[in-house]
Amino acid sequence: MNSTLLADKSEASLKRFLNNLSPVDQVGATARVETLATRSIKVESKNWAIDLAIRMVDLTTLEGADTPEKVRALCAKGVYPDPTDLTVPSVGAICVYNDMVKIARQALDNGGGKNIPVAAVATAFPSGRASIEVKIQDTKDAIANGASEIDMVIDRGAFLSGNLGLVFEQIEIIKALCGDKAHLKVILETGELVTLDNVRKASYLAMLAGADFIKTSTGKVTPAATAPVVYVMLEAVRDFYKMTGTRIGVKPAGGIRTTKDAIKQLVLVNEVAGPEWLDPALFRIGASALLNDLLMQRMKMRDGYYASPNYVTLD
Amino acid sequence: MTKFEYAPAPESASLVDIKSEYGLFINGKFVAPKSGKTFTTINPATEEVLAKIAYAELADVNLAVTAARNAFTKTWSNLPGSQRGKYLFRIARILQERSREFAVLETLDNGKPIRETRDTDIPLAAAHFFYHAGWADKLSYAGLGSNPKPYGVAAQIIPWNFPMLMLAWKIAPALATGNTVVLKPAETTPLTALLFAEVCQQAGLPAGVVNIVTGDGATGSHLVNHPGVDKVAFTGSTGVGKAIAKAIAGTKKSATLELGGKGANIVFEDAPIDEAVEGIVNGIFFNQGHVCCAGSRLLVQENIEDELLEKLKNRISLIRVGNPMDKNTDLGAINSSAQLARIKEIADSGDIEGAMRWSPNCVLPNSGFWYPPTIFTGVSQSHRIAREEIFGPVLSVLTFRTPAEAIEKANNSPYGLSAGIWSDKGSRILWTAKRLRAGVIWANTFNKFDPASPFGGYKESGWGREGGRHGLAGYLKGDN
Repeated sequence: MNSTLLADKSEASLKRFLNNLSPVDQVGATARVETLATRSIKVESKNWAIDLAIRMVDLTTLEGADTPEKVRALCAKGVYPDPTDLTVPSVGAICVYNDMVKIARQALDNGGGKNIPVAAVATAFPSGRASIEVKIQDTKDAIANGASEIDMVIDRGAFLSGNLGLVFEQIEIIKALCGDKAHLKVILETGELVTLDNVRKASYLAMLAGADFIKTSTGKVTPAATAPVVYVMLEAVRDFYKMTGTRIGVKPAGGIRTTKDAIKQLVLVNEVAGPEWLDPALFRIGASALLNDLLMQRMKMRDGYYASPNYVTLD
Repeated sequence: MTKFEYAPAPESASLVDIKSEYGLFINGKFVAPKSGKTFTTINPATEEVLAKIAYAELADVNLAVTAARNAFTKTWSNLPGSQRGKYLFRIARILQERSREFAVLETLDNGKPIRETRDTDIPLAAAHFFYHAGWADKLSYAGLGSNPKPYGVAAQIIPWNFPMLMLAWKIAPALATGNTVVLKPAETTPLTALLFAEVCQQAGLPAGVVNIVTGDGATGSHLVNHPGVDKVAFTGSTGVGKAIAKAIAGTKKSATLELGGKGANIVFEDAPIDEAVEGIVNGIFFNQGHVCCAGSRLLVQENIEDELLEKLKNRISLIRVGNPMDKNTDLGAINSSAQLARIKEIADSGDIEGAMRWSPNCVLPNSGFWYPPTIFTGVSQSHRIAREEIFGPVLSVLTFRTPAEAIEKANNSPYGLSAGIWSDKGSRILWTAKRLRAGVIWANTFNKFDPASPFGGYKESGWGREGGRHGLAGYLKGDN
């Protein structure tokens, strides 16, 4: 636990804190997000935003059918997204299932991507429905294989049924396992939490329990990273920083496929959490198809016309 | 670039074709004023002259009223409602088709941000025509008797804060109910009304049904006092509203008046704070605060004042002030030097009377008329900034301890146009709304408008309602 906001470690004091949070008005939050979506980003600011967005991408593949070959290809692309233009920055991280972590780590190390972290989804991803022992082992494996970022899922069943102490405790345990070896991203799966009030509560719960990042979704549930959800999470990290002096990161994941979507997210970051969060250390975008669209838009900004999709590689 | 600086994204002024000179729109044609006098209208963001505008005197007003009377007796009042509705639908569609042109022109002439004209003013103006087009053949069901009758010729005088939207609020119900119109737009913002005259021609509206005379207060006075006028509809200051009420006293003319306000925005301790902050910003900084129903008095429960003010100041710091034509601008130019002087004079009284002023660091353009977003804390009920309508981006913050105190302070004003309530508790919202003496009350939102919703004030904020079924009553004589 990285704060002294709670009176003690009891579930009662956690609930008291979470119940005292200001409510969120869905209509108002959505209206604000819609206004911010009309910000017009062009020329230099668009170039800047595209490169920043590339650096923030957690390039992800989370399919049952993933092969070592596909993971290696993803890693190569993460290091040099456009091999014909070395001014394109590398991505933020490569995000894979546990069994692919070692392959990804090796591929990155051998391919010039020593500085790019591997993120592993863990704790019985995507549902979180397993015993804590299984979750612990899952996390240990990931770290042992070379993951330096752990994307854990919370137990939504426990959260929704009011068993907040259990959710809190599990995050604390995984955080302790991560220690200084790995960054902990806590996936709230906001599509299952449904209300923005729940999103705000779960965000604070995760931050109080020690999350380094709060992440919207697994990508396996729709809706995923909707703008109002990201808006509420950005408010949460902004206000948490005011209370504690600690900056927690935010990672929307799922459904962000176009450059336009990504830039809208960056506008939200800029105007809600503040410019300090416009940094891959504090904001990531979990995506796969997005990277190609960013590359296509980058080429268009450079050359003045849209290239054929054959100029970007398949994932 | 080390931080996210949005590159300028200006809308193109070439989308609209501004003529160098405009005549008066009388009997379906643009005509020169009898006296040949003109005045200019400028872009308040740059002080550049946009066009020369005809100045209407009594002789011109006579012609306009006569044209409206002829159109009323010969054509418009004889048309079945469905036919009147057809013209209104046509106008509404043309407004949508030409919305970008209208939005650009409105921003150039008024100084308000293109984001607002594009997303609010013009779509709402079209919506008012659509809404009233639907009423035109259903007036027997408006609750005014089985066969309500129009007054005849309506004299309509509109302000400069929402030129096109106020035109729609006035002309759409008048035409739907079978009245004909002589409209005088504000002296500083006549251009969209004159473009609307072109739309009337384009829609094939019978000549004389809509007449537009441009000028100043004297022109308006000729219009109001004209014996050929049956109905006066005015939106503007309470001072002028009182003068109109005096002028028509003892005549057969009836009047609808939409006047000033000093809206209270009440934030209770259980409010959704972040959305309340948005609502406060929208309430006072929308349209540079040139809004009669602006939430210009913030009443905040004392135990959340510090938290709310911190968030509010943080949010106000993000407001982008500058070129209204830039799609990223949130706060545009003040409409005129006269209005800017008035805002300065009242705001300065806040300093003198002991309130604490705060504005974010923002660089204002060198030319044009600008005022930074401003809040005053430590305001008491007796301060001028808590009592007088500033009509600018200036917010007065007061606190209260109990709900009863909030009601007392909110109602302690000669005005009674709008109020906002912020609370997560439905029962508290209803309890409060019932006790507020204001014509429009928003709960957990602010400045939301819809043609189906009546708008109007208590006390010195006006007479009658505009919009909705209630608004039709201002243009119809019922059986009883």
